[in-house]
Amino acid sequence: MMRAASWAYLILAYGFIYLPVMTLVLFSFQGSGLPVPPFDGPSLQWYGEVLGDRDVTDALIHSLTVSLGSSAIAVALGFCAAYGLARFILPGSALIRGLLIAPITVSYLIVGLGLLIVLTNAGLALSLLTVAIGHVVINLPLAFAIIYASMGAQQQNAERAARDLGAGELQVVTLVTVPMVAPAIAAAFFLSVTLSWDEFIIAFLLSRFDITLPVEIWSMLSSGLSPRLNAVGSVVFLVSVAGVLILELLVLRRRRA
Amino acid sequence: MTADVTLSGVSHNFGDFRALTGIDLQIAAGEYVTLLGPSGCGKTTLLSILGGFLEPTSGAVHIGGRDMTRVAPAKRPTTTMFQDYALFPHMSLHDNVAFGLRMAGMGKAQRHAVADEKLAMVGLGTSGHKRPHEVSGGQRQRVALARALAVEPDVLLLDEPLGALDLKLRRAMQDELKAIQRQVGTTFVHVTHDQEEAMAIADCIVVMNAGRIEDAGPPARVYRRPATLFTADFMGEMNHLPAKVDGSGATTALGTVPADGIRPGAATVCIRPEALSTGAGTLDLGPATLRDAAFFGTHIRAHLTPEAAPGLTLVAHLPPGASAEPGTRLQLSAEPDAILVYPEDSP
Repeated sequence: MMRAASWAYLILAYGFIYLPVMTLVLFSFQGSGLPVPPFDGPSLQWYGEVLGDRDVTDALIHSLTVSLGSSAIAVALGFCAAYGLARFILPGSALIRGLLIAPITVSYLIVGLGLLIVLTNAGLALSLLTVAIGHVVINLPLAFAIIYASMGAQQQNAERAARDLGAGELQVVTLVTVPMVAPAIAAAFFLSVTLSWDEFIIAFLLSRFDITLPVEIWSMLSSGLSPRLNAVGSVVFLVSVAGVLILELLVLRRRRA
Repeated sequence: MTADVTLSGVSHNFGDFRALTGIDLQIAAGEYVTLLGPSGCGKTTLLSILGGFLEPTSGAVHIGGRDMTRVAPAKRPTTTMFQDYALFPHMSLHDNVAFGLRMAGMGKAQRHAVADEKLAMVGLGTSGHKRPHEVSGGQRQRVALARALAVEPDVLLLDEPLGALDLKLRRAMQDELKAIQRQVGTTFVHVTHDQEEAMAIADCIVVMNAGRIEDAGPPARVYRRPATLFTADFMGEMNHLPAKVDGSGATTALGTVPADGIRPGAATVCIRPEALSTGAGTLDLGPATLRDAAFFGTHIRAHLTPEAAPGLTLVAHLPPGASAEPGTRLQLSAEPDAILVYPEDSP
């Protein structure tokens, strides 16, 4: 009896989490023009239509560019900050660490509004670049925290050994430190990509003509419900799942081994 | 490749703490030296100064006649074998050993040939493709040794290299380290707190305490004729007898022993347990009662109470076949050359 109850609870809990996503994906294969029951598919017509739509494919490419680019920058900056703070005794390093991590607590809306004011006052036109800047701002604290946590005495001793064997500072970082913390760097990068990929508020506030996929979905919503939206949403979901899978296979599994 | 090392007047402070005071030390090229002392005596600090990881507060370090006091580790003719080995976990053993040569700009084929040769020297010739986590602790240590020797340093610094190994492996590695040192001829400076290890391995033992050098010399001399009371105690078990020195020698409760060249006044007479023998000897120390004893294979370690001084307890090593019943009455004696006398306020 208890066993059946716990299974029922498990199914309910997962249903609660995944039912919306499953519904979204299911009705992206809808045959008729409305994503509501009854289901009369499956049909790939909406995927065909969506992938043939220049606006959607452009937005898809913009999203990929922004998420990969901003994540690369966030991870590079996060690594430099983590290396500096973990290896050198700096005045006020506790304060610097705190200030680097603090933006995690600020809502995306506030970050977006703040950046909008600053960037427009600075005379920078809204574009994919400004969206990427916004995503670096939100992902840098995360990347820093993940990489900083992975830097311990073990790397420090290996770095010392490398210097002893004649390595210069750049060689120490590229040949010893980066490979040793590579799992953390990769984890930070993929997490950052996933967060940037489906981020809406900042992308909405800081873009104008070139927009990312979540913003494109938003503008599509204004013309009412359609299985096209489900198809686009499914693509977004698929890419996120792919990101998480890569993270799991490449990084987390290897760490366990 | 080998070089001599000269430390002159080296002192080092960590904030207010004086870790090293006026260290003067000469190490000959090709010598195997151990820095021996209790935790916190400054031996590791001294090694870090030799390796260039610390700059001494004052004094100078010369290696092969060149002033190295302020030269970075990468630019010194020294390499260090670290206590935790500090291997690069993401590289094969091969690439670990070849790392220093790669930094020196040696081509891939050539440096891999040298790495193979060094791995073969430490008995790991066939494991070059493995990663450090795939081999045992003892093997990792050999890799660390091969890596440090691959760049052919003039001086190899070893920071408690055998500390993490079990006793049997430790003894085997001691012999091997010494054999490898003979083979390559490099000057080895080896930090340890284990006096048996120091004696097993070194040409010269440098005994340190509280940031100073207490004694330096060949193992037999340092053990048998230690320069200071601290060294005498640190090198092995020692019986202490309070004494008073005057013109006739050092007078203890067990009799008078020779004390040539020791200034008159209070002193401590020291005798090693194995130097106490039973029966008649050159120097009679009177009768004693055996209190208890334990069998150690090569000897019996016994606690004795001398009749002339019931408040004292002496430790003696009796032959393994001796009868060791508590209460046995023994006649103690010693050879004069096994007796050491230190003035009371000796450093």
